[in-house]
Amino acid sequence: MPTFSERVRTAAGQYTLQVALGRATGQLGAQRAAAFSSLDHSDLIRDGARAVKMTLLRDLGRHLSRFEERLIANGVHVHWAETADAANQIIVDIATRRHAKRILKAKSMASEETHLNDALEQAGFQVVETDLGEYIVQLGGDRPSHIIAPIIHLTREKVAELMHRELQVPYSDDPQTLARYAREKLRGEFLQGDIGVTGANFGIIEDGSICIVTNEGNGRMVTTLPPVHVVLMGIEKLVPTLADLDLFLKILARSATGQKLTAYTTLVRGPRRAGDECGAEEMHVVLLDNGRSRILAGETAEILGCIRCGACLNICPIYRSIGGHAYGDTYQGPIGAVVTPGLKGLRDWKELPFASTLCGACQEVCPVRLEIPRMLLSLRRAAVQETATSPQLKFAIKVFARIASRPRVYRVVTRMVRAIMRRRATQGWVTEAPGLAAGWTKVRDLKAPAAVTFQEIWRRRSKT
Amino acid sequence: MVVHLFHTCLVNEIYPDVAMAAVRVLERLGFEVNVPLAQTCCGQPAYNAGFHPDARLAGRHTLAVLGATTGPIVIPSGSCADMLIHQYEILFHDEPEWLEKVHAVAKRCQEFSQFVADFLSGASLGGRLSARVAYHPSCHLLRGLGVRTPPKMLLQAVNGVELVTLRDEEECCGFGGLFSVSNPEISASMMDRKLSSVLQSGADRLVSCDSGCLLHLAGGLRRRASSVKVQHLAEILDEALD
Repeated sequence: MPTFSERVRTAAGQYTLQVALGRATGQLGAQRAAAFSSLDHSDLIRDGARAVKMTLLRDLGRHLSRFEERLIANGVHVHWAETADAANQIIVDIATRRHAKRILKAKSMASEETHLNDALEQAGFQVVETDLGEYIVQLGGDRPSHIIAPIIHLTREKVAELMHRELQVPYSDDPQTLARYAREKLRGEFLQGDIGVTGANFGIIEDGSICIVTNEGNGRMVTTLPPVHVVLMGIEKLVPTLADLDLFLKILARSATGQKLTAYTTLVRGPRRAGDECGAEEMHVVLLDNGRSRILAGETAEILGCIRCGACLNICPIYRSIGGHAYGDTYQGPIGAVVTPGLKGLRDWKELPFASTLCGACQEVCPVRLEIPRMLLSLRRAAVQETATSPQLKFAIKVFARIASRPRVYRVVTRMVRAIMRRRATQGWVTEAPGLAAGWTKVRDLKAPAAVTFQEIWRRRSKT
Repeated sequence: MVVHLFHTCLVNEIYPDVAMAAVRVLERLGFEVNVPLAQTCCGQPAYNAGFHPDARLAGRHTLAVLGATTGPIVIPSGSCADMLIHQYEILFHDEPEWLEKVHAVAKRCQEFSQFVADFLSGASLGGRLSARVAYHPSCHLLRGLGVRTPPKMLLQAVNGVELVTLRDEEECCGFGGLFSVSNPEISASMMDRKLSSVLQSGADRLVSCDSGCLLHLAGGLRRRASSVKVQHLAEILDEALD
């Protein structure tokens, strides 16, 4: 995979990406703000939702056991997967045992995380994404770039070209027509699915039900039409009661798309029972760890309270500048910068927590008020402790910190630096700086330090 | 009453006029200003870069220098103020003896605009200046310290100042300390958005309460050969009072 800075440079060179992102995230952000302004007691609801998640995370093991008991009582097969590979293998095994050919999928971040599609295809199964965005991702052999809007990086013209090419349909860039193309194609698939795979927005402990929110209704078809329904969910996606769920439903769609509720809120509690008119005859829940318990034990544990609404992506000026692919993994934006190093370790992902100005916009919009800047700072500290740092930066900081506690030395050293910088300056500005400051003058000029510092002015003034 | 000025390292080395302006405004309000001369840097660059033990060296020094004084401490920077008021608590969380000093100092600290607005409590500072001013709310001031309106109120109270609102005004300008040199492409993209909204606004001055943001934005404006004047809030208030 290209390095983070290579990925950033790729993104920086894509003008259409910047335009598509700017427009779409701006719109989502505005819709979110409007939706919250019409919600009474929204601060209390957010505080309440946060408290539910934080309490749950403090005793996650016990809650998971209770959830498992309820699932089993409901007739659901429960599987525990410590790793992504283990989760994929469980699902491949289910498909093999059922002699499945075609597997339908609703949008699921957990399955993106485990690369479930690749595993199923390698095992010889056909996988069909049924969420419109994910379907287009699959058609184009692309990757999602936003946790709720997978093709936010594409303009509709790009989508039109893709559908025209891959589905052999007449070219149209009218969104309605494009959606119709996908719908016509997908209807046929729904009737021939052997297994439906979904994620879960929430697992409700008290009655063992799985809650899925969608806007296209595909989630409901995936859970009911095929004879087998498999849920792949992270172990953190629990809420204790249906009353708690109500809090989260009030904030999830508002944060994600600015809707009061999504078009479909589906609750599934076990396989079809005698007398039921629809539903899968067999249901499985795969509970995925894949690094979550490691996160839970560390300083970024509260990130597991994330409800994957994407509000932090839409508000994040970094995400809006570089798009989702630059984050290099399943989760993007501020949440990705915390989750990815947590799940996969800092060694290969330490650039992410540093790619932030700590502006705090994410924390401000987060419906469960996750302290993302604090967690980024904590990851930075861990990165410095555990991984190799640029020797140049390390040296500069070590020296700076040491002289900062010796005012006299500090004054001598800063005077030298000022003199060097002033010598490089023309008309009070440096246009090409050396060393670490080169990154600065790459994109802007640098005002030269003052000839006389404030303290020098102050001393003179005090004497007179 | 004596107030102590924590002028910040950046202001001392690059923008001495900002500190002088802050001093004059504070004196105009009747305060006697003391500058603890042993102050250096609060350690924020090291802290944000993840070098906590090094940040603690600078932090302990700052706490010792400021802890030796009594009375209000005024800081002409939202991010340095946030460092002292909020981040030291995290930095020194496992050193109880220092944590005590952190709390004692933190509660005496206020960012410049916050201090001035609090003191005036609605009264006008007066002054006159004909200018079309765009105000950039710096992130640590806005979201770190929760200071949203005081700088705008102070600007609006100046006779002749027309305050214009920037598009997406609460979006970060892309400075971010070391971020600006370690991620120049992203920083530049954010700066472009901010500067295009400044230029679009028709403002002839850009004002903020953080010299870091100003250094970054002024550098970008200069490369665009723009004539928009970049000033710290203290400078424009001081100019209006002249």
